[in-house]
Amino acid sequence: MSFIGTYILEISYIIASVLFILGLKMLSHPVTARRGNLLAAFGMTFAIIATILWHRHNGTRIHNVGYIIAAIAAGLVVGWLIAVKVKMTAMPQLVSFFNGMGGACAALISLMEFPCLGGETHLANMLHGEVLAIIVAMVIGSVSFTGSMIAFGKLDGRIHDWKSPVVRIINIIFLVVIVALAIFVMSRGQVDPRSEMIWMYLLLGIALVYGIFFVMPIGGADMPVVISLLNSFTGVAAAMGGFLYDNQAMLTGGILVGSAGTILTVLMCKAMNRSLGNVILGAFGGSSGSAENDVDGHIKEITLSDASVLLNYSQKVVIIPGYGLAAAQAQHICSELDEMLTNRGVDVKYAIHPVAGRMPGHMNVLLAEADVPYEKLVEMENINPAMPNVDVAVVIGANDVVNPAALDDPCSPIYGMPIINAHEAKNIIVMKRGMGKGYAAIENNLFYHDKTRMLFGNAKDTLQSLVGEIKNL
Amino acid sequence: MEGILEFIYTYKQEIFLVILSVFLGIEVISNVPAILHTPLMSGANAIHGVVIIGAIIVMGHAEGSLAMVFGFLAVFLGTLNVVGGFVVTDRMLDMFKKKPAAKK
Repeated sequence: MSFIGTYILEISYIIASVLFILGLKMLSHPVTARRGNLLAAFGMTFAIIATILWHRHNGTRIHNVGYIIAAIAAGLVVGWLIAVKVKMTAMPQLVSFFNGMGGACAALISLMEFPCLGGETHLANMLHGEVLAIIVAMVIGSVSFTGSMIAFGKLDGRIHDWKSPVVRIINIIFLVVIVALAIFVMSRGQVDPRSEMIWMYLLLGIALVYGIFFVMPIGGADMPVVISLLNSFTGVAAAMGGFLYDNQAMLTGGILVGSAGTILTVLMCKAMNRSLGNVILGAFGGSSGSAENDVDGHIKEITLSDASVLLNYSQKVVIIPGYGLAAAQAQHICSELDEMLTNRGVDVKYAIHPVAGRMPGHMNVLLAEADVPYEKLVEMENINPAMPNVDVAVVIGANDVVNPAALDDPCSPIYGMPIINAHEAKNIIVMKRGMGKGYAAIENNLFYHDKTRMLFGNAKDTLQSLVGEIKNL
Repeated sequence: MEGILEFIYTYKQEIFLVILSVFLGIEVISNVPAILHTPLMSGANAIHGVVIIGAIIVMGHAEGSLAMVFGFLAVFLGTLNVVGGFVVTDRMLDMFKKKPAAKK
């Protein structure tokens, strides 16, 4: 029986791998995305069940099945509850959180597998692929875990950036120490792995701290890039497990995520016109010496009634949403405003910057949640040529993505980043909580522009009053 | 030097698989519209939850209370990653799906 079981197990891993690949492929097309996700989930379930049923360790069945099922059941309930309860605006944090869990899982596996090396003889050669896989999985898993937790905290507004040139040096030292320690462990020769655990714990500790220091200096605006990067890290850590157990499902799944995640990270960086190295070294806030460039002109406010009249008698209105809209939970009321204007014959479109919100595509998710029709969302490249014909551009809680400095100020840290050309519209209304700078902490000339009028206040309240005003017209 | 060569020889199949998977990952991801970046990242996040298989295997031969605690935790966290990842992705994609159908 056990033989047949082994066959079935291997075949089920092949099926699972194919489903992962297909799932990921389908996830990259809007029409098939959902089915792709379900397919991958199905593959995962299949692989898990097959492992519990048919995995053999040195010829014996898996022990502790009761505990395993209990742990899975607990994870199922907790994971499901968290995933269903959390608001859509908090989605990036959530992805980061779950990613951290995967990293921690990989690190724990390494920690448990290491003393088992050498089997009954308790003697193992440290200069071995298995040792390398264990160490790599543990280090990357730990960095991914603490890094994700810090990213989670930053996106949630609990942890603030900590920028200091010292951190960069500390990080390099950490990296050197980790590599040195790994080499040291591997050069120990023929030893009892259990007596080497002290070094493993030391390595674990340093890797965990390194994860914190790795993410700490990176600006909050770059967190999506970091999460994507840590996501691919965890993928690599999972793949190491595949090496260790000669498990093809883990190997393909992990590496697939590792490489896809890296490409995704690069794509995200490209959308912001920055290099990955630039993001990681955190040159954003640090080198903003040019940020205090002379700002001429002054802020002009607009009253609610003026704004409502302006909008009501316009022909083309473009709404440019930013994270401020989502933070104020104003996407529903925004969609109400849009509907009302549309009913009165105004052509309303949304201009979506690739990095609007906290993650690429995040804004689309949020607006979709608020029942904004899909076809009203226009991507940046498509809306920009039409901008000069737009009567009113309404900027809601966005800042850096409409900052003209990205086009004409070579000293600006965001110079070269593609932006939505809000400044080309005939009128611009900017809704903003206050005169605070954007996430990148850069002055925005758009706010001082002749055509710009400001509407200060919480986006939700302002929109609510605006809808009320327009209703009375 | 010999160690490295031996390592490559022992793991030649795995290395092959890794190389192919790297290219596959790149191939699969390129040409993704920006709107799908977030769901895709979330979906990929769920897929690397495959690490749970390792957690099950290691828990399957765990002995001693410390190993049991670690193993239980590993399986639990791995499940969180898998379940949370897939459910969140589904929730996101659910929002995209309704729209064109409902309004068109």
